Amino acid sequence: MRDVYVAGIGITTFTRLEYPLSEIASYASMMALKDAGVTEVDQLYVANMGAPRVNHQTALASAVADSLSLLPAGAAAIENGPASGAAAIKAGFQAVASGMDDVVLVAGVERMREVNNLEATDFVATLTHPLTEYIYGVTLPAHAAMFTRLYMEKYGVTERHLAMVGVKNQNAALNNEWAHLQQEISMEGILDSPEAMTNNPYVAEPLRFFDACPVSDGGAAIILVSEEKAKELGRPMIRLSGIGQATDTHAVFEREEPTDLLAVRKAAKDAFEMSGLTPEDIDVAELHDAFTILEIAESEEVGFFPKGEGHTALEKGETALGGKIPINVGGGLKGRGHPVGATGVAQAWEIVTQLRGDGGKRQVEGAKTGLSLNFGGFGNNVVCLTYVRED
Amino acid sequence: MSVDLEKILRPVESPMKPYEPKYMMLASGEAVVVRQVFRDEIPDLLKAVEPLLHVERDYYDVVAARVYAELLGYYQYRFQDQYVLALQVDGELAAIVNGRQVTPTLGLSLHTLALRRGLRIGAHGFAAKMEYHIDTLGHNEVLVVAESPIGFRRWMIEYKLEKRFHIPHELGGVPSWALTKELFDRARSKLVVGRRPVPPDLLDKAMDKILPPSDPPTPPLDPLAATRALYDPTATALVTQRWEMEKGAQNA
Repeated sequence: MRDVYVAGIGITTFTRLEYPLSEIASYASMMALKDAGVTEVDQLYVANMGAPRVNHQTALASAVADSLSLLPAGAAAIENGPASGAAAIKAGFQAVASGMDDVVLVAGVERMREVNNLEATDFVATLTHPLTEYIYGVTLPAHAAMFTRLYMEKYGVTERHLAMVGVKNQNAALNNEWAHLQQEISMEGILDSPEAMTNNPYVAEPLRFFDACPVSDGGAAIILVSEEKAKELGRPMIRLSGIGQATDTHAVFEREEPTDLLAVRKAAKDAFEMSGLTPEDIDVAELHDAFTILEIAESEEVGFFPKGEGHTALEKGETALGGKIPINVGGGLKGRGHPVGATGVAQAWEIVTQLRGDGGKRQVEGAKTGLSLNFGGFGNNVVCLTYVRED
Repeated sequence: MSVDLEKILRPVESPMKPYEPKYMMLASGEAVVVRQVFRDEIPDLLKAVEPLLHVERDYYDVVAARVYAELLGYYQYRFQDQYVLALQVDGELAAIVNGRQVTPTLGLSLHTLALRRGLRIGAHGFAAKMEYHIDTLGHNEVLVVAESPIGFRRWMIEYKLEKRFHIPHELGGVPSWALTKELFDRARSKLVVGRRPVPPDLLDKAMDKILPPSDPPTPPLDPLAATRALYDPTATALVTQRWEMEKGAQNA
């Protein structure tokens, strides 16, 4: 199997984008192509979750290939729920690692704000089990709320811990010009003041407004190449060193212990084994904080902290910029936004930015290794990636 | 025979109790002061509203145009029984809300214009003006319409407004909704916040001068880009625009 490198990255602002879906993907892709210095690719994968339903568009990869004048490259769309982005990166990795292709464009894109927030919530809820969850009105915020309640009872997580994640990540987004939320928040404003319950009401108790990521539009793209091509292009040598992917039961109630995110655990374990790294080796991480509780739980499941101690590490500042393992320094899903199909690729974009030393005010000093975790369903399909800077 | 036409044109204003200022903390931790604005300060508001006429998103253009006309009408004595409240953060204008008294028992909500977004500032402003109608002016109900989906969600859904579809609202003649005292009382604990009295330093800063907003809503990157993209399948226009912006930022 050949080594695979990330030679180019691109992203759009995450916000409400009033452009056609394929244009958003094309824009991010052009940035990535320009960054890598390539004009042709062998293959492109376009990650997206909702185009047929939300944007009334199918065969998105063909549209993007034509839009970018990349014909006659091979093209395929990847739909894997909110883990579509990292799943597409995995497909791109396989294409290059196998020797089939030398240059692969992986783009992720979503335009969720074309519909109102109720429709967007319903669209995302279609990933739940159709017979045991969806028909009873379960949404992702509802899933996350039940998970949070269990986590609180079992491990002592409080609403204050959740708010700490929200403040950390939303304020981190202020250092990321591409992030959706550019509004500082404070613990006093969202938790402690007499107005806090109005500023930050419950959306699905115990989760409040600022515990959830925003609904965003956006696109991100990366260029994957072989080692030979990477050297030829002369960009920083960022190797995609490990990939793990795992699944769990579709219906959450079927899990023996619902607070255990077994797919996260397995995906991270496999990625570490493939890369030869351990959790202690990671300098910077992107975790899938669609809800604040997920950052805490995932930080334990990937192995950064023992089970049940993620929130105490958070209290000590270990997950903040300058801490033991900085998590979501670009805002995460909470601050950067979560255009679902784009998120996995945007996480890769952030890690590569960090490993190149281009993070500006959010740069993790001397970062050489990174990890990104893309969480699909409610933990039923998870992809973990590790990255190493080699030069 | 001489006729003072101005006396005929100028509406007779009803006595209306003033709004008692209050303040509240935003999610950002900043304090926002809500206070009444009177005629002599209207030009400061007009300066802040005018640029929003050109913001073609979320109905800012429509709302700004109507607010501008309402404020100008108030300033030039061509609007009956209007009041205006301003929300200010460190003196900076964050939102304008206005309405008017139709009869001693009936109020009419005109507009809620947030000049700073993402902190429920508009929602706080709307709550303040409903408080003024119901608690201060003693109105039994207030007629409301929404011009944007955001407004519909905030007013009609959050306050569970009642239909008064047989009454055309003064804003465009569309069917009215109503906030009754009972509905307001039900919403009070969740949606209406604020502390009184306002600490003197906060109030002084707000009263001293209405400063323009430092981060007002802006037009989309290029309102025509989406349309042009239909004829630009390679997205060249979008990318060129971004590169030009980047170049401009580097040169700045």
